[in-house]
Parts: sequence; C-alpha cells; structure tokens
Amino acid sequence: MELNAVSIGFFVFSILTLGGALGVVTTRNLFQGTIWLMVSLFGVAGYFVLLSAPFLAAVQVLVYIGAIAILITFAVMLTRSVTRIKERYIRTIPSFLASLALFLALLFGITVPIFGDYPAELTPTEVMTTRDLGIALVEGNGYVLPFLLASVLLTAAMIGAIFIARDEDS
Amino acid sequence: MVPLWMYLAVAAALFCIGVFGVLSRRNAVAILMGVELMLNAVNINLVAFWRYSETTTPLLLNGYAFTAFVLIIAAAEAAVGLAIIITVYRNRRSVIPEDATTLKG
Repeated sequence: MELNAVSIGFFVFSILTLGGALGVVTTRNLFQGTIWLMVSLFGVAGYFVLLSAPFLAAVQVLVYIGAIAILITFAVMLTRSVTRIKERYIRTIPSFLASLALFLALLFGITVPIFGDYPAELTPTEVMTTRDLGIALVEGNGYVLPFLLASVLLTAAMIGAIFIARDEDS
Repeated sequence: MVPLWMYLAVAAALFCIGVFGVLSRRNAVAILMGVELMLNAVNINLVAFWRYSETTTPLLLNGYAFTAFVLIIAAAEAAVGLAIIITVYRNRRSVIPEDATTLKG
C-alpha cells in the first residue's frame, strides 16, 4: 500500500476511532467517556468521507455527535448523584476473553479470503452521489416504504421517550 | 488505495471494544455507549462493502441507504434507552441494570 493522502487519513481516523472507543470503555468518569465517544464517532465520520459518502459523514456529525452524545450527557447529569459505583467492571476477565476471542475469529474470517478474493475499489465516478440517494429514497421502486416506516418509527420513539421519562407526579 | 480488509479489521476491533463495554460495565449509560460503538462498527462495514462492491445499478445504493436507516434506528434506540434509564433511576435510585428486578420471576 503506497503512502498517499487516503492512507494517511485512514491511519489518523483509525487512531481516533479505536483510541476513542478504548477511552469509552476504560474511563471511570462518564463525562470523559462521552467526550471519548465523540472522538470515536468523529473518526467514523472521517471513514465515511474516505469511502466517498460525504452525506453520511454530515449525518454522522449531526445526529451522533450533535444529538446522541448530548442526550447521553444529559442522562449522565440526571443520574449523577448516585454514580458512586465502587467498581467500574463486573465479570472483567470473562468479558475480556469473550471479546478477544470474537475479535480473533472475525480477524481470521477477514484476512483469510474464504469466499474468494476481495473486489477492487470502484473509481469515484462509478459511485452514487447524495443526489442519487435522495431520488432513490422517494422513488416508487426505491426505498420509499422503508423511508416512510423510518419516519413513523422516529415519531413513535419520540412520543415513547417522552411518555416513559415524564414525571408521574406532575 | 486502502484495501477492503483494513476497513473490516478496524470495524471488527471497534465492534469487539463495544462488546467488551456492554458485557463488563456496571453503569447502564456506559452500556448504552458500548451499543453505540457496535452500531458504528456495523455502519463502517456497510459503507465499505458498498464502496467496494461490483454490483450494477439497481443495487448500487443498498449499502448507502441501509446505513442511513441504521443511523435512524440508532437515534430512536438512544432516545428510548436513555428514557428507560432515567425512569429506572427515578424509581430505584440506581443506574445498575442488575438492580431493576421487578419483572424477575
């Protein structure tokens, strides 16, 4: 693999993604954990840019870093007064061994091409753009049904979240 | 160009870090963060396979659109999950999932 802008970006985003993820699972303070989660999600957004999906990168920054991370921060703040949990982990050793075994199994499946060689990367002109996605989302033979179902699901989740979290005394 | 298996390897590592977080953390909010990491690993895989696929036009947007729908599901999951955590905290004064045992037989 030659050293160019894409490969340098790949390594930078790998460090951001995996380092942030390790910070999420190891930090004691959950506020710092949220910041690490933002770092990790930003690295994933960088991957989307490298994979020529800029719309997904923008959505990733808006929805994940903008909305979900803030939501998690609120949850940490609202449940903070009893976060006097002595130990960070339970079942540390079995969990670590299980995830390590899963990683090794996945890595074996990835690096050993059981299902034939990997296809070559498409050139950027062959890749669909955001405009094509927008057309496909509302087209009759495209994704119009999942699109509508997703909007119904978001409405249901919003109403459900308000209903579940509301204070019953008021 | 970066070969496909490197994207898959990074996504596998991210997924397994998320699995470790879900299995081992005590705080329910930290468990939810682990779930978010796992969902992001799946998203990297979907976009990478879409980018490297050799399929022709009708299928050419499947990975892209699927990733967008996974993002929507993740937003809904985070909202409802955090609402449940806040409700359990209000009733039990605890954010440890093992303490929510009302439905235990």
